[in-house]
Amino acid sequence: MCLGIPGQVVATYREHDLLMGKIDFGGVIKQACLEALPGAAVGDYVLIHVGFALARIDEAEAREVFAFLERMNELGELEYPRPPGG
Amino acid sequence: MRFLDEYRDPAAAEQLRQLIARTATRPWTLMEICGGQSHTIIKYGLDELLPRQISLVHGPGCPVCVTPVEQIDKAIRLASRPDTIFCSFGDMLRVPGTTRDLLSVKAAGGDVRVVYSPLDCLKIAAENPQRTIVFFAVGFETTAPANAMAVWQAKRRRLTNFAVLVSHVLVPPAMSALLSSPARRIQGFLAAGHVCAVMGYEEYEPLAERFRVPIVVTGFEPLDLLEGIFRCVTMLEEGRIGVENQYARVVSREGNRQARELLSEVFEITDRKWRGIGVIPQSGFRLRPTYADFDAELRFPDSAADVPESSLCISGQILQGLKKPPECPAFRTLCTPQSPLGATMVSSEGACAAYYQYGRLQAREELSRA
Repeated sequence: MCLGIPGQVVATYREHDLLMGKIDFGGVIKQACLEALPGAAVGDYVLIHVGFALARIDEAEAREVFAFLERMNELGELEYPRPPGG
Repeated sequence: MRFLDEYRDPAAAEQLRQLIARTATRPWTLMEICGGQSHTIIKYGLDELLPRQISLVHGPGCPVCVTPVEQIDKAIRLASRPDTIFCSFGDMLRVPGTTRDLLSVKAAGGDVRVVYSPLDCLKIAAENPQRTIVFFAVGFETTAPANAMAVWQAKRRRLTNFAVLVSHVLVPPAMSALLSSPARRIQGFLAAGHVCAVMGYEEYEPLAERFRVPIVVTGFEPLDLLEGIFRCVTMLEEGRIGVENQYARVVSREGNRQARELLSEVFEITDRKWRGIGVIPQSGFRLRPTYADFDAELRFPDSAADVPESSLCISGQILQGLKKPPECPAFRTLCTPQSPLGATMVSSEGACAAYYQYGRLQAREELSRA
């Protein structure tokens, strides 16, 4: 139920005085209400739940787990040789 | 898709598995709150990857599951009114009330529509001024802002033929109820990432202090869950309590300020009954009096008696993390997703339905004893 899907803002517009956006979900474009993300701009990645944007996705934070695993790898803490993507 | 696929990377999952295995020296029982997280865990078999001393129990975070039968019955009666267009998220349609479900109302000619967003209801309301549009506003804090926006906007646009049947529930009061239970087994929590995207995690800090537990705000993809488990186990091993945030790409400590303001404009806190658990004080939202015109329960008064739950069903114990689905004698026999007896089988995100769907016929604990 609390499914949230990350998508990229490809356009913003106003409808009935609400800030709305067209969001690209891997090629599928849907509208969403951006009223709770007033600064949202084209190119931003946002998290959409039931047609409503809840958060902007922080790209630096998104890389954090992979950077952490890479550090563990370098410290020889892990047996798996291949550093993960991301 | 970006921000999804990379969090399903098997090599990184294996690295996290190794870190968890190396960190855990004692048995620990963690609860993931959200049904979406339970679903990922069972789907990817993450619980089976973990060292045996780590036990995951599945929490009450499925709003479809915990919506009380009385509320489903009310929805069915509203949807059966000839002048009503009843709108709902798709997953509520198959949830059984006392004698039938919303889908059967639709099959009998009722105008029951599945909407992608509550805001879609406003378009339907504007196009059908002679009819009343009732939206079934269920959900946790994640869904509440979108539902609040629909009500707020309906008031602003004077769409007086729109009303909501509110059945909103809140996570922290349920966690508090679980932690206060004398039968408590839970030693650490994975908090629901999207609930926290809205609310932040400030309100979890006093919970962690009061009940002396670690809480890790966690996302929904396999790597999110493994990292959340790793961080929670690390906190337990080091004897640390408090709140950590695994899902920082989406969640900040204060959450979404605009969404929270909208929630407090439209909703106020109330007691709510949870299917399978009972009434939890101050555990839900209802509309504020300033939005009473949009309250379907006030506009269409209805006397609903309490409906007793199945005496066979153990969903209450499952929702509290005391039992696993295969421990129920009715699991897969008298109780299936097609004819569910209780809360945890009614939605695909319920623990019983997830075990059923992915063919998990024995609890992991039973398997390891065999």
